[in-house]
Amino acid sequence: MTDSTKSERHPADAEPGAAAAPSGPQDPKTPAEPRSDSKVVRIGDRVFHSVATGSGVFVIALIAAIGLFLLIRAIPSLQANEVSFLFSREWQAGDPDNLRFGIIDLAWITVASSLVALVLAMPTAFGISLFLTQYAPRSLARPFAYVVDLLAAVPSVIYGLWGFLVLTPVISPVAVWLNTNLGWIPLFADGNIPVGTGSNVFVAGIVLAVMILPIITGVTREVFERTPTVQIEGALALGATKWEVVRTTVWPFGRNGFIGGSMLGLGRALGETVALTVILSATQEAPSYSIFDAGATFASKIALGSAEFNNNMTVGAYISAGLVLFVTTFAVNALARWIEGRSGKGKE
Amino acid sequence: MRTDTADVERPATAPTFQHIGIGRRLKNHTATGLFTVSFLVAVVPLLWVLYTLLSRGLVPMLSADWWSHSFYGLLPNDFGGGIYHALVGTIEQSFVAAVISVPLGVTVGVFLIEYGKDSRLASTATFMVDILSGLPSIVAGLFVYALWITTFGFPKSGFAVALSLVLLMLPLVVRTTETMLRIVPDDLREASYALGVPKWKTILKVVLPTSLSGILTGVMLGLARIMGETAPLLILVGYARSINFNLFSGPMASLPLTIYTERKTPTEAGDARMWGAALTLVLVIMLINLLATLISRLFAVKTK
Repeated sequence: MTDSTKSERHPADAEPGAAAAPSGPQDPKTPAEPRSDSKVVRIGDRVFHSVATGSGVFVIALIAAIGLFLLIRAIPSLQANEVSFLFSREWQAGDPDNLRFGIIDLAWITVASSLVALVLAMPTAFGISLFLTQYAPRSLARPFAYVVDLLAAVPSVIYGLWGFLVLTPVISPVAVWLNTNLGWIPLFADGNIPVGTGSNVFVAGIVLAVMILPIITGVTREVFERTPTVQIEGALALGATKWEVVRTTVWPFGRNGFIGGSMLGLGRALGETVALTVILSATQEAPSYSIFDAGATFASKIALGSAEFNNNMTVGAYISAGLVLFVTTFAVNALARWIEGRSGKGKE
Repeated sequence: MRTDTADVERPATAPTFQHIGIGRRLKNHTATGLFTVSFLVAVVPLLWVLYTLLSRGLVPMLSADWWSHSFYGLLPNDFGGGIYHALVGTIEQSFVAAVISVPLGVTVGVFLIEYGKDSRLASTATFMVDILSGLPSIVAGLFVYALWITTFGFPKSGFAVALSLVLLMLPLVVRTTETMLRIVPDDLREASYALGVPKWKTILKVVLPTSLSGILTGVMLGLARIMGETAPLLILVGYARSINFNLFSGPMASLPLTIYTERKTPTEAGDARMWGAALTLVLVIMLINLLATLISRLFAVKTK
């Protein structure tokens, strides 16, 4: 491949360039071009530079446009809203003359399911990353990592089907057991649908945990891999066991990467749509702030409402919810990148 | 003094290395066990999902009409039919999305590595690409709805879906391009400059060809990712059970949308259609992943 490009480059060899030595052996077929000044800027370079820079600007403009257009479409509906957008439990967006929509319930279900997912996925991802980087035999580490990555290749709609039709019946007895034995803890109290009948935040959280596992593992594994060998060998030379090596070198070095990766996973969980649309049972009952609640998240509410998208005011109500989701994931992702960027630096 | 020399002559009785205490050993073994188990925990859902798909989706997929017919005219209880209509939609939509996002993404990657370096603009663009890669797919759908359908007044169509998929694929392409351009050795660039080749030609003829296989692999993986997206489809296009080749008008099926819609047919035949489509989608995605691996193996340029 390099050979072919070289031969194509031959005519260019003769071009006098900024760095070309004039005394070099010249090609006999050199066209009698006027020797241009070495400071000259070629047209091609100028065009290419502006196109590349323009694309960079475009990406920035794109994010700004997303925020702007969502805001423009949300404002009229927010103004026409008859109830408090932040604190109302109602969601009646179908009638453009009587919009009543609030996000407090959506926020609870979104946050609760994402947190359940994080609580389950974080320790598991931590264990997997350590296993893949420190414990697994070298030759198996790569195929094993590939297996974990495969979890990310399964589309979310399929996770939804699996969670709703296959996992829910299997996991319901666990939910019932938790509810009977630990029901005195508010989080495990009765939800707004009977425990063990429908799909609640608990099941949704488990499925979300499976979905964000490869994300957290991917980031954490990469950071753990970069632990300086000198530190690991130093710890080993001092007689540390494998676990002590992990605790004293790998963990302090990779802690920020792990937390950053978990935040990325959180961002993904907050915005996950179809799996939760399929899994969570719809209910009008007020949530009782337990993990056995059901309802809708921001994203699944929008997906469920897509059938109502027939006038701008109704759409605006859903776009308002989308805007909240956009701002939240923006903040979470920005924070994640910031923490991740500090990995391997701070060891306080 | 005298005792010292006697000590040296006598073989040491105490072991050179001390035994590891029982507590430390216990902790060490517990940790090893826990980390191994956590890996196994991740394998369980993967195998479980794959088993579910195979056991429920294989039978409908093996029928003769599956790859050549649509679901057109099927009653809720009718078995049979095929996935051709959804395959057409998925391929067209993701292909158009790739055609738009690949040149754009590669250009952004070139900007970040070759031109931007450490400038303010480049670091802002990097940050925005990060944000874009964390953008929930439903928000991408809502944005295209707000822009393309409400503001510009176009109808719901497969093309609107492709536009929203561009938003989701773009960050993946940029990331791969960035990574691949970064590992092109500077020697190559400098050799090219020394021969008097302008920068833009160096990028087009030296840098990009060197990293081509890596970028292609990334593009394929991105393609596999967007093919499974469902959320924007719910907002941006209607579902059709017949074959529609036209991206710009009319409802259009695709594999994820088929799965989502057929779920609502509460019959055994509906179940068969749903799981068949689900297995087909996973097969298509696996196939593209495999292709990506092949590309990176076959066309890898050896850099030192």
